[in-house]
Amino acid sequence: MSFEIEKIAQLARIKLSEEETQKLGSDLNAILQYIEQLGRIPTDGVEPTSHVFNLENVFRKDEVKPVNVRDKALEHAPLRESFFFKVPKVVDKES
Amino acid sequence: MNQKYEAVIGLEVHVQLATQSKLFSGAPTHFGAEPNSNTTPICMGWPGTLPVLNEAALKLAIKAGLALNCRIAERLKFDRKHYFYPDLPKAYQISQYDMPVNGKGSLTIELEDEQGGLQIREIGITRAHLEEDAGKLLHEGIKDGSLVDYNRAGMPLLEIVSEPDIRTPAEAYAYLTALKAILQYLEVSDCNMEEGSLRCDANVSVRLIGETKFGTKTEIKNLNSFKAVQKAIQYEIDRQIEIVEGGDRVVQETRLWNDVKSQTFAMRSKEEAHDYRYFPDPDLVPFTIDRETVEEIQKSIPELPAARTQRFMKECGLSRYDASVLVGDKKLGDYFEAVIATGADSKLASNWIQSELLAILNERKIPIENSPVGADALAGLISLIQKNTISGKIAKDVLPMMFETGKTAEVIVKEKGLVQVTDTKLIEEVADRVLAANPKVVADFRAGKGQAVGFLVGQVMKETKGKANPKIVNEILTQKLS
Repeated sequence: MSFEIEKIAQLARIKLSEEETQKLGSDLNAILQYIEQLGRIPTDGVEPTSHVFNLENVFRKDEVKPVNVRDKALEHAPLRESFFFKVPKVVDKES
Repeated sequence: MNQKYEAVIGLEVHVQLATQSKLFSGAPTHFGAEPNSNTTPICMGWPGTLPVLNEAALKLAIKAGLALNCRIAERLKFDRKHYFYPDLPKAYQISQYDMPVNGKGSLTIELEDEQGGLQIREIGITRAHLEEDAGKLLHEGIKDGSLVDYNRAGMPLLEIVSEPDIRTPAEAYAYLTALKAILQYLEVSDCNMEEGSLRCDANVSVRLIGETKFGTKTEIKNLNSFKAVQKAIQYEIDRQIEIVEGGDRVVQETRLWNDVKSQTFAMRSKEEAHDYRYFPDPDLVPFTIDRETVEEIQKSIPELPAARTQRFMKECGLSRYDASVLVGDKKLGDYFEAVIATGADSKLASNWIQSELLAILNERKIPIENSPVGADALAGLISLIQKNTISGKIAKDVLPMMFETGKTAEVIVKEKGLVQVTDTKLIEEVADRVLAANPKVVADFRAGKGQAVGFLVGQVMKETKGKANPKIVNEILTQKLS
């Protein structure tokens, strides 16, 4: 279990202490056990659902509503260059 | 290519759907805006914002699906695809996982084989689904980092995935050309590769002919033109065969095409094996597509390239090659149709558009729809040729003048006195002078050198400044020499 916790934490980019790993591990275990319990309910003939609301086909019209949030967004950027966000180099393109 | 092997190629094409606003927000989609200015709280992934599907994008996706013979879903949903990358503000992309809008379909491609015969192949389409685009990262010339522009984040994309049915780089090229033409005819996308509204990734593997299992594939990215796709696939096939022949194994990886070096390179990335943890996006409700909507969209589908090519061949007597060149670019086909609508001869029109007109337009980098010489003007020029008012040779001089001055062919021909000389008396006088001035050539001709007459025709044409009707000149000279 602790291995899985570490993987999930890594995928979510969360750093966990030993203590947290233990605690979250047992929490997640409890959740999984509950799901297992739910899994035993007979659902033959019940259509799978992907959403809890009994709603479908919520659309918007193809209309431009210009809300330029550039300046607000850039205010929060740790690094910027003119109107761009700046981030550490992410890919090493061989050339 | 080593004859023992065959390649197995599948293409993933992303096209930007031609909407005014983004897939889930009202941000505009136009190209060339200042960095990060086409943004809303939704595209930036701010907390508390909710995406709402753009109905036009769904309809365009269905339209493309219908034209690609896809099974249109009755129910669809959207899923989150998770990964951390600076181009993705929410750290997930809204895409479609197991209930895509378009299911299996097919696309017919035509290509010439080595004997010049026509090969027709059907390439399967696995699916074509809706998803939002990510932002754009700029690396060029920046040493200490990358710059991010989120204008593209949330743009509506249709990802069209082919089956691994493609066998050669030429087939891949034909597939892309046919797909692009269809999407342009449907007005689903402008398919402008330079502006990023059409992008293509290629999955390539090789195997011994007769083998039914697939070899290990690599995915090639950074393909910025159809020619690049063709070259990169060929490079990759050769590279993989060399590895296999050398007794090694192909490594499954993503490779980037370098157009300048004409090579693919393994992309070195710190990302570990992908684990996208797809799950249904709880911010978006599911959708159902009723039959009436599909039928209505079906009715809006115009004549597609394959049908138009057939029509140009049957009704206009064009060769398959000429017809497909004109049809390949919708606007070029429209231009051709506008020219022949005036009654111009269709073969002449096809030739003039494909050779002279396109030569000038390409040189000046003007798209056909902005041609300063419009369809009516070109039709006017062609009509002068048809009426024997000017020769084809003179017409070639007139066309650039039409570009320069904006005047009609008729006006230019009148002003410059270029009307073709069909007056036999005048041509005879010139012919007599030419014959008298070239006794040696005349002697050659009489001694049996038939080709000498060509020189004499040329001399007469020169004396008349190209205005004599070459057919009449030929007749008169032949008569005088016999």
